[in-house]
Amino acid sequence: MEKIPILKMGRFLLVTIQVDMHDQLALQLQEDLTARIVAARARGVLIDISSLEVVDSFIGRMISNIAAMARVLDAETVVVGIQPAVAITLVELGLSLEGVRTALNVDRGMALLHERLADEQR
Amino acid sequence: MTVVNRSVLPIRSREDIVRVRQATRESAVAQGFSLVDQTKLVTAASELARNTLDYGGGGEVEITLLSEPPRRGVRLVFADKGPGIADIELALKDGYTSGSGLGLGLSGAKRLSNEFSIESRVGEGTQVTIARWR
Repeated sequence: MEKIPILKMGRFLLVTIQVDMHDQLALQLQEDLTARIVAARARGVLIDISSLEVVDSFIGRMISNIAAMARVLDAETVVVGIQPAVAITLVELGLSLEGVRTALNVDRGMALLHERLADEQR
Repeated sequence: MTVVNRSVLPIRSREDIVRVRQATRESAVAQGFSLVDQTKLVTAASELARNTLDYGGGGEVEITLLSEPPRRGVRLVFADKGPGIADIELALKDGYTSGSGLGLGLSGAKRLSNEFSIESRVGEGTQVTIARWR
């Protein structure tokens, strides 16, 4: 069965969504991520959706779930690479993705997460 | 108003949802929609296709390319013979879901489209029509 790969990048995990997600795959990803956050003691999750030309409420819910679950495990979620047309559509769709930070790309997303970690240590 | 093209696609599986999105994208491109308008239409189609599958027990969508000079449009009619919706007004409220969704599918599709209509009878099925014009 296909699985979405989860990459470890220092204290953070990176997930790149490129394929069409269906129920099973979304659930699998959420489970895998939970396990990996704990195993890697990750403090942040980056979700790269730069390949997605369409983000509907199903994907939105998946992202919200991941963020909520990560928060419980003391990790922050940043969504990166939202395409302009997708951003406009998400607003009109009414998808707020509360509690989820966003960044332009993976680099900026990592910088954001590092900043938050540094803030914590002060 | 002339019908330029009409096609019917089944919605019986997750793979069908992908096909519906692709066909909707192609239709929007064929009618010269901007990228943003394409995305809005395909996203609305995705929401309604998922609804047809998850709540309607499967069904079909009819995609029609329309010409009404100077404007061109795409109309999608999603139909299922599922349980139907008892309270349409409630179903159209943001955040209301009878399942485990976000409750944005119907209301979202309505916001993303120029035209929207819905008919439903409990025990008989549901039909949702959306259209976008350029």
